Amino acid sequence: MATGDPALGKQQGTSSTRVINDFSINVSTVNGSGSQSANNVLMKSIFGLGVPVSGKNLFPSNIAGQPTWFLIRASKDGYVARKRDSEILVALNPETAHDDVQALPSGGMAIYEENLKLDQARSDVFCYPVPFDKLTASICPEVKLRKLVKNMVYVGVVAQLLDIDMAVVESNLRRQFAKKQKVFDLNFGGVKAGFDYAQAHLTKQDPFFIEKMNKTDGKIIIDGNAACGMGAVFAGVTVVAWYPITPSTSVIESTTDLLKKLRVTPDGKATFAVVQAEDELAAIGMVLGAGWAGARAMTSTSGPGMSLMAEFCGLGYYAEIPGVIINVQRTGPSTGLPTRTQQSDLLSAAFLSHGDTRHPILLPGSVKECFELTLAAFDLAERLQTPVFLLTDLDLGMNNWISEPFDYPSKPLDRGKVLTAEDLDRLGGFNRYRDVDGDAIGWRTLPGTRHPKASYFTRGSGHTDAAQYTENPEEYQAVMDRLARKFENMRKLLPAPVVVKNGNSKIGFLAFGSTDCALIECLDQIKQRHGLDADYLRIRAFPFAQAIHDFVASHERVYVVEQNRDAQLASLLKLDLPAALVTRLRSILHYNGLPVDAESITTQFAQQEGL
Amino acid sequence: MATAAHAPKLNHIGLPILDYRGGKSTLCAGCGHNAISERIIDALYEMGVEPERVMKMSGIGCSSKSPAYFLSRSHAFNGVHGRMPAISTGAVLANHTMTTIGVSGDGDTASIGMGQFVHLMRRNLPMIYIIEDNGVYGLTKGQFSATADLGSKLKTGVVNDLPAIDTCALAIQLGATFVGRSFSGDKKQLLSMLKAALAHKGTVMLDVISPCVTFNDHEGSTKSYKFMQENDEPINDVGFVASFDEIAVDYDSGEIFEVEMHDGSNLRLRKLHEDYDPTDKANAVRTLMEAQDNDEILTGVFYIDTEKPTFIDLLNIVDEPLATLPESITRPPKSALDTLMAALK
Repeated sequence: MATGDPALGKQQGTSSTRVINDFSINVSTVNGSGSQSANNVLMKSIFGLGVPVSGKNLFPSNIAGQPTWFLIRASKDGYVARKRDSEILVALNPETAHDDVQALPSGGMAIYEENLKLDQARSDVFCYPVPFDKLTASICPEVKLRKLVKNMVYVGVVAQLLDIDMAVVESNLRRQFAKKQKVFDLNFGGVKAGFDYAQAHLTKQDPFFIEKMNKTDGKIIIDGNAACGMGAVFAGVTVVAWYPITPSTSVIESTTDLLKKLRVTPDGKATFAVVQAEDELAAIGMVLGAGWAGARAMTSTSGPGMSLMAEFCGLGYYAEIPGVIINVQRTGPSTGLPTRTQQSDLLSAAFLSHGDTRHPILLPGSVKECFELTLAAFDLAERLQTPVFLLTDLDLGMNNWISEPFDYPSKPLDRGKVLTAEDLDRLGGFNRYRDVDGDAIGWRTLPGTRHPKASYFTRGSGHTDAAQYTENPEEYQAVMDRLARKFENMRKLLPAPVVVKNGNSKIGFLAFGSTDCALIECLDQIKQRHGLDADYLRIRAFPFAQAIHDFVASHERVYVVEQNRDAQLASLLKLDLPAALVTRLRSILHYNGLPVDAESITTQFAQQEGL
Repeated sequence: MATAAHAPKLNHIGLPILDYRGGKSTLCAGCGHNAISERIIDALYEMGVEPERVMKMSGIGCSSKSPAYFLSRSHAFNGVHGRMPAISTGAVLANHTMTTIGVSGDGDTASIGMGQFVHLMRRNLPMIYIIEDNGVYGLTKGQFSATADLGSKLKTGVVNDLPAIDTCALAIQLGATFVGRSFSGDKKQLLSMLKAALAHKGTVMLDVISPCVTFNDHEGSTKSYKFMQENDEPINDVGFVASFDEIAVDYDSGEIFEVEMHDGSNLRLRKLHEDYDPTDKANAVRTLMEAQDNDEILTGVFYIDTEKPTFIDLLNIVDEPLATLPESITRPPKSALDTLMAALK
């Protein structure tokens, strides 16, 4: 057909109101088809035009051949949470295409391989059939490369239809394939083929446009795992022990890449050690061994790995050994959905291991905080002499986020309370677990300290404040009581909560981690739709700061929003709050494995409020 | 002024043996582990190792308590069951300038700790790994361990019907570079092996048969004092000449397999088995497998390789301990972060 516009007449006519920089694109493909480069080029092109953008990869636990969706959200208002409904579909996976097109809202648009005939499935969306395979074949003689190039063809089609400047696409593509001219040429050929086809054969009917803004000036795009890796390197990590597990693996990959770049001496020696351990038990064991001997050590894992670390974490707590454990949470329980997100390891991290064990937890809510709180975790671990957990999640960790650039740390490293041989000369000796400063933290010595009084015996069995074995009831209890005091003191030492909004509302919200971006959007929705001003405090650490208690005390109803089934944050708060405040808590939960979206929170809130 | 008692004998770094002692043992009287602790003290004293430069590592069990009974002036880490290898790996990575001695048991190594044990051997981490091997779980009152020999009997009459894991054969196959077996009752052999172990660069794995007088020293046990005295068959006679010792030539060189150690000392293995070559890995494993089939208990140095790179070599770690590198080295400068940020814009 000559016009290449078969869908014309099936839709409700050209839209009169333009929708500019406020929509979500769902790119539906099969995994292993190499669509990630294309998705990134499109996302970064929108970013390059100054439009706030976010990308979320919804991928299967599989190497190749299973359905994958990549959501690119452009938002002039700066919202970066997942949008519940995508207005634009790029359907490249025949298996899911019919379901995907059904999910479009009325008035949305679909770009698809022409033989899928999606125009027959929906008459209320703008349809753009494209002969992707033919176009790809015409510009890419090598059959093996076609499935990769096909993705670039879609970028060209989208760019033409949304009015994205090709020069910006070209420069992003060039950055992506820096120094690989042939690869660039092939891929840019794909983009151009798509662009030219759309220009020649498709008639723009839909209302969606990208227009240049200036809201991304000076900003960066990075994923949370890379940010954690940077945090570790600028915290001066020296020993890294880990076991591969989705979605945390890239924390170590980025850490290792940076260490190789930044931490090699002029004569080629490493000022670090990275060990891929035999399992997570060994990984945490190495971290504690290294922390005990004075290194800044960390591991990174996800739910199943953290479960395996339980026994060792109890040892770290009781023997008071520093270490940093990053848990990029995925959907549990058990193997769960390894490639989907959740915030469901909060309770198990807080009390990981048998006996009366408690751990401090840091909860970054953005990629910038992934960097900053990873830095902080190393200082806190050595200052507090205990394993410190940093909980992110797959959404924060593996997706790309817009951020202000990270700031270089303003304070020197805090290596905690360590006695040298000179100190021991002056003191005449020390007791490893005695609280001499009133902060419930003893002084330690490092193995190798050349002083006859430097040594002590580290053990997970009952010990006195002089690190001697004991089964004496009073001596045992004295150490346990001091550990409880140490934990209590952490309320003041850990990262303070962020008061996002605190007016005089009767209604307050509490949340942590990646829920933040959806909640910020939700507060605007509540204001617009219900005329309600609600307050919001974001929690950044456990044990909880007094400010969290105060926030609950100053609101009649407090909604705790979190991404798990069992209201884990609310449960921890209920253990901590005075009984009179506990009844003020309400829960809004999201736990289907997808990143939480604002609509879902707003809807649940309105229901519970009877609005 | 009181007459000074005759001055204690000092080792070559000027310390008396008292400086190498530990706390009083709480193990049973006659336990083989106590004799091993004594030999460790002797070896460190005779080799003149600074006690403050030693890390004592252990897991859980009777054996793992024993680091409390030697070298009070060394830092010690009594970890969790079967996980001494991981803790040691971390500690050695943090400070590879230390002498690291791990004490484990047969349960701690060959059952719950097998996963970590094999990977430690594979990495050739520079440390001495001693298994105090009595074939039973003592603290839980006498269950068989995985090194108990096929057909050996518990006190209760229960017969072990599973084959023993030969930790030496395993260690050799997996990459440890100094592997031997000894008997807690053989002072001379054990001391020589420990001294040579201290001179070695790489993983030393010593399986020391150490009778449990309470649960496994009866008729029918293959890990009893009596059984070992009757069946211990040394594959070589282990002699050791430290680098600072004066070398006395008192052997027929044809009989001796001599190994120059990393620190310049000499390990001298007088051949008792015909032409046994402790650098021949395949032959070492085959010899051990044949011995197991023939119910023989071989002792001595089975395998040694002084050339293989250690884990520290492989990781190419700086000479100074990672633990105490200054911030100027471990924290990259602001310009490095600025460059990273610029690339993300």
